[in-house]
Amino acid sequence: MPYKHLFLSLALFATVGSATIHANDGKLLATAGLSQIEGAGGGGIVPWATLSGYDSQDQISVSVALSQVDLEDYRLNVQAVSASFYDKLELSLGHQRLDLKTLGGDIKMNIVGAKYKLYGDAVYSELPQISLGVQHKMLEDKAIANALGAKDTSGTDIYLAATKIHLGAIAGYNAVWNVTARATKANELGLLGFGGQGNDSYKVMLEASAGILFSRHLAVGVEYRQKPDNLGLKEDDWIDFFVTYIPSKSVSITAAYTKLGTIAGAPDQNGLYFSINGHL
Amino acid sequence: MRKTQLKLNKSVVCITFLGLCLVAITGCATPTTSAPSSIVSSSDNLYQTLGGKAKIDEIVDNFINEIAFDQETYAFFKDSNMQRFKEKLSEQLCVMAQGPCKYTGDSMEQVHTGMNITEANFNHGVDLFINAMDKADIPHNVQNRLLNEMAKTRKQMLYR
Repeated sequence: MPYKHLFLSLALFATVGSATIHANDGKLLATAGLSQIEGAGGGGIVPWATLSGYDSQDQISVSVALSQVDLEDYRLNVQAVSASFYDKLELSLGHQRLDLKTLGGDIKMNIVGAKYKLYGDAVYSELPQISLGVQHKMLEDKAIANALGAKDTSGTDIYLAATKIHLGAIAGYNAVWNVTARATKANELGLLGFGGQGNDSYKVMLEASAGILFSRHLAVGVEYRQKPDNLGLKEDDWIDFFVTYIPSKSVSITAAYTKLGTIAGAPDQNGLYFSINGHL
Repeated sequence: MRKTQLKLNKSVVCITFLGLCLVAITGCATPTTSAPSSIVSSSDNLYQTLGGKAKIDEIVDNFINEIAFDQETYAFFKDSNMQRFKEKLSEQLCVMAQGPCKYTGDSMEQVHTGMNITEANFNHGVDLFINAMDKADIPHNVQNRLLNEMAKTRKQMLYR
């Protein structure tokens, strides 16, 4: 499978190249953020304008992340690897596997992403950092998407994100906010295909995050992701409340409570999200 | 139909909530043009909160110590008069914290020209400065307020 090869070689490249890729001095602790569930640098579910690693404009960084969201009827597993070049361009690969806990079986999807920084520095510029990104998604398992009436089994999201970190903004604590507008046809991230009968046009969805850093090592926040309902399955918007522990610039651990609503007709999909992120 | 209505309401609540967060954040972070403009700093002066001249000097001493043991950063200081650096940085931090001082040193542009400080060098220096504040027992939320003032000089230091 070519995708698996690419994934492995990027991971290998990351390990072998770690002597030259040493970007840990490039940014302030905690400003690398996480890899979100589609592989891009961001929060947990929302891609941010910040790039995935600690690289500065003279450096390259590589990040890897393993995440899991365990819900009532489903479990989403995500493996992601990304490289950020000169704090300007981020390339990412994400592999998702949605376990259908009650029905049995799973749905796999691969995501290739790119993000380009258009303006600013989330910490230091007066205005927010702005980035433009794409995520091209390809389902490996197409049967369920087709059965539910999705138009396509692959699709491309385009997003524009703005992120700002305010030093000492709330009672002296650093605060971060992000707003993302995403043009998408994806049903439940794309795991249920793209578009639907009579609903095959791009829709612009709003996503947002807000957080506070209570120390250099602890961030707490909330995220919101609006989603379309192309299949008429009452697809819900997503919300999560997260806590991230950042012991060093090499690693961070995140736990979140997620409220994902109705997924493919199964209501009240609330659960827990765990993610571990590593940076070189 | 009712479900759609419900979903819409939920979205509105969420967006409103996030909006409020943003207003809280940006509202407090608006550049302080007049002294008592933000809720946080209206009651307490940063200089006093830090612990006055004594604490600032302690931070500067710690920072010089951090630099001395850091090859990358020390390279920028090898021809510097450290006594003068100590005095001028102390003055500058005092001014940034709105203390009763006057900065008598050269402009930030003058001092840093020819050094070609990169973004990575700068951020590493910030890490050292944070260590210096940690060792002086400056609370996290007070550190951030000082860093926010210092961040305004970043442009005058990089790639010169």
